[in-house]
Amino acid sequence: MQQEWIWGLAGGGLIGIAGAVYLLINGRIMGASGIIGSVVDGTAGNQTWERVWFIAGLFLLPTILSFWVGPRDNFITDNLWAIAAAGILVGVGTRLANGCTSGHGICGMSRLSLRGFVATVFYIGAGGLSIILFKHLLRVV
Amino acid sequence: MRGLFAFVAGGLFGAGLLVSGMTDSRKVQDWLDIFGEWDPTLAFVMGGAMLPMAIAWRITRGRNPALGGFFPPKPEQRVGRNLVLGSILFGAGWGLVGLCPGPSVASLSYGGIGGVMFILSMLGGMWVAPMVRSRLDAALVTV
Repeated sequence: MQQEWIWGLAGGGLIGIAGAVYLLINGRIMGASGIIGSVVDGTAGNQTWERVWFIAGLFLLPTILSFWVGPRDNFITDNLWAIAAAGILVGVGTRLANGCTSGHGICGMSRLSLRGFVATVFYIGAGGLSIILFKHLLRVV
Repeated sequence: MRGLFAFVAGGLFGAGLLVSGMTDSRKVQDWLDIFGEWDPTLAFVMGGAMLPMAIAWRITRGRNPALGGFFPPKPEQRVGRNLVLGSILFGAGWGLVGLCPGPSVASLSYGGIGGVMFILSMLGGMWVAPMVRSRLDAALVTV
């Protein structure tokens, strides 16, 4: 537990450098939901391939690393109904809000965007309430 | 060229998510769960990521992206219904299983059937989102 915050800080640094590369070189905001969602709904237009390459890197590097550092798990619940509901909520919600943890949270708040702060307050608040309701009260996950 | 650097950025993002432990849905849920065994890791990840990003935003001033074009302008500071409602829906799903869009892709190869199920539902949600948005706009136009 003691070293976990160091790994968090180091991994966070990598995420921030990734966002800086995407911003300073490609001129784009690194928001996972926007990159994935715009490819899905066809609004990415002539940026589709650039975004597909981003998604490819996002999938491939952790895959390779996970072979190297040993088997990993995401430890997701085995309640498939909860997973399906959560997936739909995350998909609709992030596109409606135009951003998720990376876009609004990391990229938005680091440029002191009011929208980024407001979104982050609401998704963390809703996440906390969701845990109380589904884990502690209903015990479905 | 654009594709190459997008691939590099995506790869670094994925590596960072793995290294930081954010592809472990339990760590995310434990951070959100103030009545459980609270795990502060996510705050360190956010802090660690925001520092390079804040520097990057500062560098953008008076410059253009290396591969041409323009930096994204700051959105007009508009906080509307879609931002708030969307973030609440997102947060509810995020808390329920502990995955958000980035980590769901990064952990796909080792997330098992649950990870695949999550990403398929998320893609479905993203696909219907434009319709949900226009329905909302039509229904609540008078509010």
